[in-house]
Amino acid sequence: MKAKTLALAAVALTIGVTGTVATAQAEGEQFIPALVYRSGPYAPNGIPFANGFGDYLAMLNARDGGVNGVKIVTEECDTGYNTDRGVECYERLKNNGPTGAAVVNPLSTGITYALIERATADKIPVISMGYGRADASDGRVFPYVFTLPATYWAGADVAIQYIQEQEGGSLKGKKIALVYHDSAYGKEPIATLEALAAEKGYTFLKYPVAHPGLEQKATWLQIGRRDRPDWTLMWGWGVMNSTAIKEAAAVGYPMDKFIGVWWSGAEPDVRPAGDASKGYKSLALHGPGADSKAHADILKSLYDAGKGLAERGAVGEVLYNRGMINAAYMVEGIRTAQARFGNKPLSGEQVQWGLENMEYTEAEIEKDGLAGLISPIRLSCLDHEGGGKARIQQWDGEKWSFITDWYEPNRGMLRPMYEASAAQYAKEQNLTPRACS
Amino acid sequence: MFYREAGQFHTSYIADQAVFPIPVDRIAIAAFAVIAAVAIPMLGNEWFLSTIMLPFLIFALAAIGLNILTGYCGQLSLGTGGFMATGAFAAFKLSTAFPDLHILIVLLLSGLIAALVGIAFGLPSLRIKGFYLAVATLAAQFFLIWMFNKYGWFTNYSASGVISAPPRAIFGDLLVTSSQASLEARYLFALGIVVVLAIAAKNMARSRIGRMWMAIRDMDIAAEIMGIRPLRTKLSAFAFSSFYCGIAGAMWAFLHTGTVEPLAFDVNRSFQILFMVIIGGLGSILGSFFGAAFIVLLPIMLNNAPGWLGYQVPTDLLSHVEFMVFGVLIVFFLIVEPAGFARLWQIGKEKLRRWPFPY
Repeated sequence: MKAKTLALAAVALTIGVTGTVATAQAEGEQFIPALVYRSGPYAPNGIPFANGFGDYLAMLNARDGGVNGVKIVTEECDTGYNTDRGVECYERLKNNGPTGAAVVNPLSTGITYALIERATADKIPVISMGYGRADASDGRVFPYVFTLPATYWAGADVAIQYIQEQEGGSLKGKKIALVYHDSAYGKEPIATLEALAAEKGYTFLKYPVAHPGLEQKATWLQIGRRDRPDWTLMWGWGVMNSTAIKEAAAVGYPMDKFIGVWWSGAEPDVRPAGDASKGYKSLALHGPGADSKAHADILKSLYDAGKGLAERGAVGEVLYNRGMINAAYMVEGIRTAQARFGNKPLSGEQVQWGLENMEYTEAEIEKDGLAGLISPIRLSCLDHEGGGKARIQQWDGEKWSFITDWYEPNRGMLRPMYEASAAQYAKEQNLTPRACS
Repeated sequence: MFYREAGQFHTSYIADQAVFPIPVDRIAIAAFAVIAAVAIPMLGNEWFLSTIMLPFLIFALAAIGLNILTGYCGQLSLGTGGFMATGAFAAFKLSTAFPDLHILIVLLLSGLIAALVGIAFGLPSLRIKGFYLAVATLAAQFFLIWMFNKYGWFTNYSASGVISAPPRAIFGDLLVTSSQASLEARYLFALGIVVVLAIAAKNMARSRIGRMWMAIRDMDIAAEIMGIRPLRTKLSAFAFSSFYCGIAGAMWAFLHTGTVEPLAFDVNRSFQILFMVIIGGLGSILGSFFGAAFIVLLPIMLNNAPGWLGYQVPTDLLSHVEFMVFGVLIVFFLIVEPAGFARLWQIGKEKLRRWPFPY
């Protein structure tokens, strides 16, 4: 009995130590790991994203047979939005497939930070789509990190552009507040908003909200009764968003003067607040709704066959679309790399070249069936952000809809800020930025 | 079967007072050391070293730290995350401000800074006891994290408030910190620190200072009557505990993740380490290792096990099953042995020594 137990333990230990992950992987398939969170406190936001991501790739395999005939396989790993587990997921999946992970999306600012150096050492590109550290847009210091299509700093600039337009061109003497999750994520826009305040002459007020953000009564009393800012921006996440909307309504703050970042503008953020959230606005990197050709293809090839990951009605939710878009950018990067390295499974290093040289034009977006959902981007060795744009959407109690056209972030101002911040990182890390000529 | 002690006698007090008085134990420990230092880096793959062994070692060190305070000295603390953050940020500030400072000195100094902070927050322990002290240390936890979030100086004015560990070499150009260092180097460096500090902790617990801590834990008034000064004893426990936690925090940032935000050391971290100490065994150095293994490794093993066995399980189901099994196991072990794994181990050892003639 004892010998048997010991033998079993020894077997288990051997498996554990050598990690014989004998997942069958066919030759000729491109592997993309999917770090998702279908459990934990942020699952309501994570599930639609994971569904959109998986569905888009599955649709691509069903409709086109993959990317130029190379099938895409993906494996999900649940991070629970927890950085420790995210790192474990990354390490678990990075060597799968014939060429290893082609590209990885950390899907949390904390995990992005933890992966930047690891992935750079492993030569696997990281796409932190609309999250993570903004200064990683400087491709000389962060060769393997991509911030496409826009960073938080760009988002903050777009919000201010919109407000300026609404205020008739001048922000002098106005008060603009930022309600933010008191973490690395929430603090990202502060430097930009401070720089813009100096330039445009508005007063900038900051209201940190402690994680997880369920307690905001005092914050909103200050905003609604004492300071009365003309506009309020929010960098919130998960339950903090709906709480903020409820508290804002309770102090009578006008909803149409309240703008959230793109992570504060999805269905799970506004629905719990009910009617109070009518008129609430948010930034958007991409369109809502299920009207595009890609959606039709997903519904036809997956949902009609009963193979979709989500409920049929959830296709086209904001975060579902974000998962699709994230997958679409990855695929475009792989496609660009295939044009140079051939139509076969590519390594992370080759996909990095593809992402860096990718140009997602209006025509190609149209061809992928994503017309109207996203704006064209073009990346380079120097610029890992790609010049994406953002627009403003509004919640009418039923659905999100665009209320403006695309805004071009003022990158003339942002770029030197990225470079200064990246240079400081390079100095601390003893890195020599590569030359981009 | 494993212990044949017939004919083994201790002929001197030194032999009798050794850390491991039984020769079989010494051989086993030596074998473990060889496995940890030679076999694991050679055989283990990257995933095993970087996501299993490194966090395990670092958490074990933090658990030893908390065990000194809570297990040996009986002062319940929820400030572990804060003290770890102090160590991490101190190490970051020191190594960026003085790039030539040797990494070992950086770690030592950041441990000392964490110890000073620990002493400051340990001052109320003379007046407050038990659960009330836990609340006071909780204040330390929230205050410290808030401070690192609030003041840009601690992160060298990084826009996002994160710190990135700079690459530092232990000698020559053998890097041991940040992702630029090889995994084996980082692992062995962590192993070295943890072994040295664990032996130091074991010996402290067996010597005068450890006995003072235990006297205070068991009955502080009686200890005071016997001439043990409560303030000094409690503060020394806070200092040593925070020293260990500070070094663990610095190692977390410098050896494991590379870049951390203060939220990596939030109150959940404190709870996690407290649970390690409770499940591993209060007042046991070995128990800290057991507890760290249980809390850190078991969920990862549970999550991976279906994959190794070749089953395809939906991601969300897998996570929820993991939570449930893990929870059930915690309850099961606490019912079977409320004093933790260390006690279970001790019972097993006693049984083996008497086997096959138990009495």
